Amino acid sequence: MATETRDSINDIWGARTPHGPDTPWPERVDEHTTDTPERWVRGTCVLCSNGCGLDIGVRDGRIVGVRGLASDVTNKGRLGPKGLHGWQANNSEDRLRTPLIRRDGRLQEASWDEAMDLIVRRSREIVERHTSGAMGFYTSGQLFLEEYYTLAVIGKAGLGTPHMDGNTRLCTATAAAALKESFGSDGQPGAYEDLDVTDTILHVGHNIASQQTVLWARILDRLAGPNPPKLVVIDPRRTFTAEKATVHLAPRVGTNVALLNGLIRLVIEAGAVDHAFLDAHTLGYDELRRTVETYTPERVETLTGVPANELRRAGEILATTRTLVSTVLQGVYQSMQATAAAVQVNNLHLVRGLIGKPGSGILQMNGQPTAQNTRETGADGDLPGFRNWDNPEHIRQLARLWNVPFDKIPHWSPPTHAMQIWRYCETGSIKFLWIQATNPAVSLPDLGRVRRILQKEDLFVVVQDAFMTETARYADVVLPAAIWGEKTGTFTNVSRTVHISCQAVEPPGEARSDLDIFLDYARRMDFRDQDGQPLIKWHDPESTFEAWKACTRGRPCDYTGLTYEKLLAGSGIPWPVNDEHPDGTLRLYTDGVFPTSAEYAETYGQDFDTGASVTPEEYRANDPRGRALIKPAEHQEPHEVPDDEYPLWLTTGRQVYHFHTRTKTGRARALAEAAPDAFVQLSEEDAARHGIAQDDWVLVESRRGAIIERALIGNVEPGLVFVPWHYGSWDDPSRPRAANELTLTEWDPVSKQPHFKYAAVRISRYDARAALPPKGLLGRAVDAARSLVGSQDEQSTTERSEFPRPKTTQRVDG
Amino acid sequence: MNTRGMHVGNYLGLVHGSETRLVDALTKVSEHHGDEPDVFQTCQLLARWSRGHIEQLAPLVEKYREQRNPEPDALEKALFHGPRSGGLGLVRDLHDLWLLANEVQLCWTVLEQAAQALRDEELEGVCQNCARETKRQVKFFLTRIKQAAPQALVVAE
Repeated sequence: MATETRDSINDIWGARTPHGPDTPWPERVDEHTTDTPERWVRGTCVLCSNGCGLDIGVRDGRIVGVRGLASDVTNKGRLGPKGLHGWQANNSEDRLRTPLIRRDGRLQEASWDEAMDLIVRRSREIVERHTSGAMGFYTSGQLFLEEYYTLAVIGKAGLGTPHMDGNTRLCTATAAAALKESFGSDGQPGAYEDLDVTDTILHVGHNIASQQTVLWARILDRLAGPNPPKLVVIDPRRTFTAEKATVHLAPRVGTNVALLNGLIRLVIEAGAVDHAFLDAHTLGYDELRRTVETYTPERVETLTGVPANELRRAGEILATTRTLVSTVLQGVYQSMQATAAAVQVNNLHLVRGLIGKPGSGILQMNGQPTAQNTRETGADGDLPGFRNWDNPEHIRQLARLWNVPFDKIPHWSPPTHAMQIWRYCETGSIKFLWIQATNPAVSLPDLGRVRRILQKEDLFVVVQDAFMTETARYADVVLPAAIWGEKTGTFTNVSRTVHISCQAVEPPGEARSDLDIFLDYARRMDFRDQDGQPLIKWHDPESTFEAWKACTRGRPCDYTGLTYEKLLAGSGIPWPVNDEHPDGTLRLYTDGVFPTSAEYAETYGQDFDTGASVTPEEYRANDPRGRALIKPAEHQEPHEVPDDEYPLWLTTGRQVYHFHTRTKTGRARALAEAAPDAFVQLSEEDAARHGIAQDDWVLVESRRGAIIERALIGNVEPGLVFVPWHYGSWDDPSRPRAANELTLTEWDPVSKQPHFKYAAVRISRYDARAALPPKGLLGRAVDAARSLVGSQDEQSTTERSEFPRPKTTQRVDG
Repeated sequence: MNTRGMHVGNYLGLVHGSETRLVDALTKVSEHHGDEPDVFQTCQLLARWSRGHIEQLAPLVEKYREQRNPEPDALEKALFHGPRSGGLGLVRDLHDLWLLANEVQLCWTVLEQAAQALRDEELEGVCQNCARETKRQVKFFLTRIKQAAPQALVVAE
């Protein structure tokens, strides 16, 4: 029998369970099944970064539903719309079931032996001829910890290549960079539990209501209870989150540093600085004070468009609140001066001494469920266990652990960041690129360029995925991967809480877990340690987890006190977990001591404007020895601004019903129907100026490319247009519609995160009928469109007059 | 103040010329390597810094009578061979920028020494401000060179 405890499509956050700061967050168990499960298997949701505990319902060897886990600290039983529906993608008919090899220009079925032999042969040839510097890996924020760690060891100690990063570069690199710059190491100071008791919440570029719906439900429950917190929201759009704000500041895109400097200045002016905390636990306050002095409300209004009196209202709240939780996400991370701006949020907390206390913490959010683990394990351009590439002792620790020569591990500069990996592919020095569980042909900026790179003759592309994505179509080898529910592993959310997610069913066809694929590759490549023993000494998820624990010993992300057994109990446990903290650690830095000492820190820091590294000698000369670092920044104008030719700002973002490129959510019917297509959101003023009516086709052009979208009018400032970036071509190749056709190839100097949040564009009404070529040319035009989107499908929807309306009572742009 | 017989003007000419040559080289490198977005953006930014240094020189030139010096032109010819293409070309161009920026850095150091002997706080302040930014320029070139060098020298394109 099917069950659905709530209609999460129309009622995204579910019924309120109000509570005040003195009572715990109540349980509410959400469940959705399509049949009665025979058994329930312990899992964790992977469809946003929140990491909600759940059980997976199984019947006849198939997943038939999910049920939130009441005992879990993260969600107390709740699940969001993506969690309640997204599992249906596991059962899709179009899952990849066998490996594919490109032969005669077409992807054709092959055996695992054939596919792996080919990958190993090409790896060997390329390393032999060009060194391991010609080998690149582009991974994900979707695999499990055990898989990332194995991959990291293969890359760093097996091949010895510095070229390994993930799509986490696009989503969470700035979170890591900002934490490292301020506190010496990655690791969130706060915890979700701080939201239950805080007086004030500051959301900076973070549409939490849409992105982490269960975390937002947690806040809504506070707002509905006694002594609700005040909410300050910084977002250029009127999002679901902004609708609930006590004060909503809507700055022009790309001006976060100016706005935050203005807020810090108001806090200082109000005399709300905690001098005792600053003196005892920080370095650099005087320079911050000097820097923000000129950011008066009036100057900030000129720079950002935020009215001076609105800024003052927000400043007053931040200066007077006794406790404060701040959350930061893509509006900061994917915009101009990303790291510099994210660090100003850290500075706000340091200046007020509001850190490491109940109700006071910082959540530099993640975009993906397992992004934290990509960072911890070093599968992303960091070193495992938050080690410092510029500290030889840290490299020695890894060399000892893996029993490989010191020089095997690339450490001559930071591991290569994703955008540079793609650039090396473009210039031809990387000749082998292995992509896992991510879809760069939709998610990277400037997609025309990405398609050109993927099609290069001299680049051997391996794609490991569960579906034939837009990216997989360009691969030389496609490996079918098992996904969530079909394999066991652990992962960690932004609250540092570690969860386990178990295998509930068998993967379809011959699909294998990413861990098994990596282990097989390592075996076939015959990677050895210094004693001639296999480099990879583990063989399944649990033995990998045990190996990982050894790697974390004594580091900030210490997992040594965790076991699979402990995790199966179903609460979620925040790291560090060790002898000192056997039950985990709710919040970091309660003693005001930060991991900044030279021998322990994960970084020596970078110049916010140039990315230049601080040298070990310079750092040691002023060794902070446990003090947090306060680093100011001056406002800089974005690199591309509207002009006569491209007069509007474009910003891109996500919708509540979809995750990433809809690889899963587009295959769950209720989610796909709730948000069936992309759109361009524009203000009434801009629509009128261009003669555009609701639902008209609109041509949106930038210097990189063009897309065609339906118009959605309202809820956005004049001069700004918004396009959700989820939509590629796999289910609709009829027109170019991916937002990233338009975006810029450029990145933050420190975190190297690309700037998806601004670009200059122009719009015009697009008459599909008038644009259709005359008869006879139609076939050629459709062919051209199809080649543009890299599709092999026959489907064409250019001429359809009806189009699917969103089946939801909620705004699709919220 | 009687500035006759002093050679401060000589070094003002030298730093003026060197900063101008650096702006020129930064602009060329940035435009030539437009496909390396970080090099493009950062070199544009660093060129703005150097143009700012030249502006700060104006009142000092007034005071100390700058002596125009042809050496920086010759130095640019000697040090800056770019812009060149490819991974190795990028390393060589950044290498030359590092050399040019170090020339600028040394000029500011020499002038700052003179400023102290002259007890000229204005000159000293300008030297310190500019030297601080020049140091950041040098550090960027070094960081980017260290990143690019292994790939450019070891792996064929």
